[in-house]
Amino acid sequence: MVNTVVRRVYHNLFRRTSTFALTILLGAVMFERAFDSGGDMLWDHLNRGKQWKDIKDKCGLPAEEEE
Amino acid sequence: MAANLCRVSGRSLLKVQNVVAPAKSNMSSFSKMSMGKKVLFGTLGAVTAGGAGLLGALHYSTTVHAGELELHPPKFPWSHNGLFNALDHGSIRRGYQVYKEVCAACHSMQYLAFRNLVGVSHTEEEAKALAEEIEVLDGPDEEGEMFMRPGKLSDYFPQPYANEEAARAANNGAYPPDLSYIILARHGGEDYVFSLLTGYCDPPAGLPELRDGQYYNPYFPGQAISMAQALYNEIIEYEDGSDDRQHGHRLLLLPQAPQVVCAEEQEDSLQAPSITPHIPPVADL
Repeated sequence: MVNTVVRRVYHNLFRRTSTFALTILLGAVMFERAFDSGGDMLWDHLNRGKQWKDIKDKCGLPAEEEE
Repeated sequence: MAANLCRVSGRSLLKVQNVVAPAKSNMSSFSKMSMGKKVLFGTLGAVTAGGAGLLGALHYSTTVHAGELELHPPKFPWSHNGLFNALDHGSIRRGYQVYKEVCAACHSMQYLAFRNLVGVSHTEEEAKALAEEIEVLDGPDEEGEMFMRPGKLSDYFPQPYANEEAARAANNGAYPPDLSYIILARHGGEDYVFSLLTGYCDPPAGLPELRDGQYYNPYFPGQAISMAQALYNEIIEYEDGSDDRQHGHRLLLLPQAPQVVCAEEQEDSLQAPSITPHIPPVADL
């Protein structure tokens, strides 16, 4: 089972240099996006309510009365 | 790249054609030494390494020096402790309010500008409005005159005294330190600052009288601090409605952050009110 998957990946992606390079490139891009957004989500989850973006809606200038 | 080229070409220039094996030096080889010499060198090496190790251990171990009589601050469970915890920006905002209303009377914060508040504790409009409250010396204009103008976002926080001498003259000879990096500049960081600000008490019996203008604070090195207790309950009314009374004396520095920041979230996360310091925004660095 695993063997067939490995062989398929090898034959379809890694066997030729062109597809191999493309796989590496695309894989790197996808991984980076996933890793970054995952890390950001974790950070935001751990710091709910503490960050600037959480409080900025409540921080507006009471400037409306001046106008 | 250039260094590599140099190395390569240099090596080819330096190449010696008929290399004669260098005569074996007779000064190496530990194994050929006499037994006595071996023991001598071995002992010397062991003593040197051991001594260095001992010195290092003594130097870096957290020894208590006999001269240290001040109280060391306890470690507080700040909500920003740890690698994955952000600073509480609601707390930073209140901290700026405390600085502006209380500390700024004596302490400068000259390395922070109004632009540093934008996106950290204030919106851009708010920071602009704050900056416009001060007058800044600018110039020269076309006639070569200096003039005053309202502050801009790029202006640094105003200083209460023109220079250190003026500050000392106004404060009994004590210089109120600049607060820009105070958290980083003191051993113990926020624990120390918090303990100092809330740790004023009556001096224990038996101490020599404090001089005029000095106050007893067990956390201050030397115990005699020239700053009077500045923070009391209920002296600051926070604009976000957090109340410094509920937790008594300490609460000036510990407004219940979850209530302030996200009232609805506090209910489902049944955690104790996290301790949130009022650090000046600089702790954000």
